[in-house]
Amino acid sequence: MVIASKEGHTLKQFDEELAELRKLVLEMGGLVEDQINQAVKALDDEDLDTAREVIARDHMVNGMDIKADEKSVRLLARRQPVGSDLRMIISLSKTVTDLERIGDEAEKIARMAVHLYDSDNPISNTRMLRDVFTMGKLASAMLHDSLDALARMDIEKAVKTAQGDEELDREFRSSLRRLITYMMEDPRTITHSIDILFIIKALERIGDHSKNIAEYVIYLVKGRDVRHASPDTLATDALKAD
Amino acid sequence: MNETTVSTHGLDQKSYFDKEALSTNQLKLNKEQTCIETEDLRLYYGSTLALKDISMKIPQHRVTAFIGPSGCGKSTLLRCFNRMNDLVDICRIEGKILLDGEDIYAKSVDVAELRRRVGMVFQKPNPFPKSVYENVAYGLRLQGVRDRRALDQVVESSLRKAALWDEVKDRLKENAFGLSGGQQQRLVIARAIAIEPEVILLDEPASALDPISTAKIEELISELKENYTIVIVTHNMQQAARVSDYTAFMYLGEMVEFDATETIFTNPAKEQTENYITGRFG
Repeated sequence: MVIASKEGHTLKQFDEELAELRKLVLEMGGLVEDQINQAVKALDDEDLDTAREVIARDHMVNGMDIKADEKSVRLLARRQPVGSDLRMIISLSKTVTDLERIGDEAEKIARMAVHLYDSDNPISNTRMLRDVFTMGKLASAMLHDSLDALARMDIEKAVKTAQGDEELDREFRSSLRRLITYMMEDPRTITHSIDILFIIKALERIGDHSKNIAEYVIYLVKGRDVRHASPDTLATDALKAD
Repeated sequence: MNETTVSTHGLDQKSYFDKEALSTNQLKLNKEQTCIETEDLRLYYGSTLALKDISMKIPQHRVTAFIGPSGCGKSTLLRCFNRMNDLVDICRIEGKILLDGEDIYAKSVDVAELRRRVGMVFQKPNPFPKSVYENVAYGLRLQGVRDRRALDQVVESSLRKAALWDEVKDRLKENAFGLSGGQQQRLVIARAIAIEPEVILLDEPASALDPISTAKIEELISELKENYTIVIVTHNMQQAARVSDYTAFMYLGEMVEFDATETIFTNPAKEQTENYITGRFG
């Protein structure tokens, strides 16, 4: 509702600490976004080195998660934030949790890439992976947009991003149907289908986490909790005047 | 997707100031039973307008806190409620203040009786230079109560309500000045309670106390609100957040925002309130 930011705090140190936390969370977001893109790219290019790199980099995401938590706790303990400061810290702290989980999903996708290409029975029918790339683009765009909404406190973008989760869910369901068809037509594809199922499920989860982040932005800006609302009421709730 | 990366620099923070409307908490506030009501209250010190058209309803049996920077008029407003401002020669009031629907500035009002109904506790504990017992019994003696047993009873129950009984029951005859600051403040509250007021006005009641004594006063406040309407002026915003049900933010003699404490401290409607509570005051 009210974001007081034109003017800094009388306590300059508080401003600096808040800015540091924001910067860290957005950096973490950038890293996680890159993790998804690299993991999906590794699948596309059959690039095992990139996949292994993604797996190896997950500890960096975890490290940032811990660091951001420390900063949030310190801010809460030392500054007793209220109003928009409180909402900012709570939103950032929850964003961090979702980013960490997205990081885990990216790592999972990279592991599946290794599994699909680097085994006794590597995948040959790459048409089966087609849905993964469509969904990967959608999921990555959702995360990008939610972080962008967070950086700019852009509530309209946040609403659009949250609503975008429906499209990703639809893609997930139709991908699942296609996988089932493959498995029924040719049981030899079952092993790979299951790996791919894990991948599209991971991408679907990334969409859910990105939606959460978009919802935190709405809370941050409007002081309104729109979680667990239907997509239609979400927009009206978020955008209506107070 | 790849053409833009998330920038972490030059963050563009927009301001959102939405149209005024009643929050759900304000609707709740409107439903409360009113204890004190002010209507277009203006107060002048000489030619200076210190309170500007204040209209508010203070709910019964709730804790209402007034916050705001020094000189904003919060203590002045508090002192209107039991006409303490009458003691200031150059002070002049326009508008109305109603206690239980009756104008407290009406000619027929007995100010001494008003102050019995609306008790007050100040920043510095001000016990009388008498024994603990006599401090609490003072108001009753003024009212002409002589019966020793009645006095004993009221002294004990008032000290119990003020959460002081256990600490002073063996030293009732001792001079009140021998008590610690926190005990003295609770003694003063016991003295106020003894004459069964309806309202207790607290003007910075804990600002001269250490954190433990402060916590005891705060605990006391939340116990007392069951039977009394409490209005507290405090510089300590965390204190307002801890003890009050409703918070009024005042600035330059104006009532900027009055809402449920939860709303004021998580999501206030006015930019000035937000700036003040978050420590961004210019």
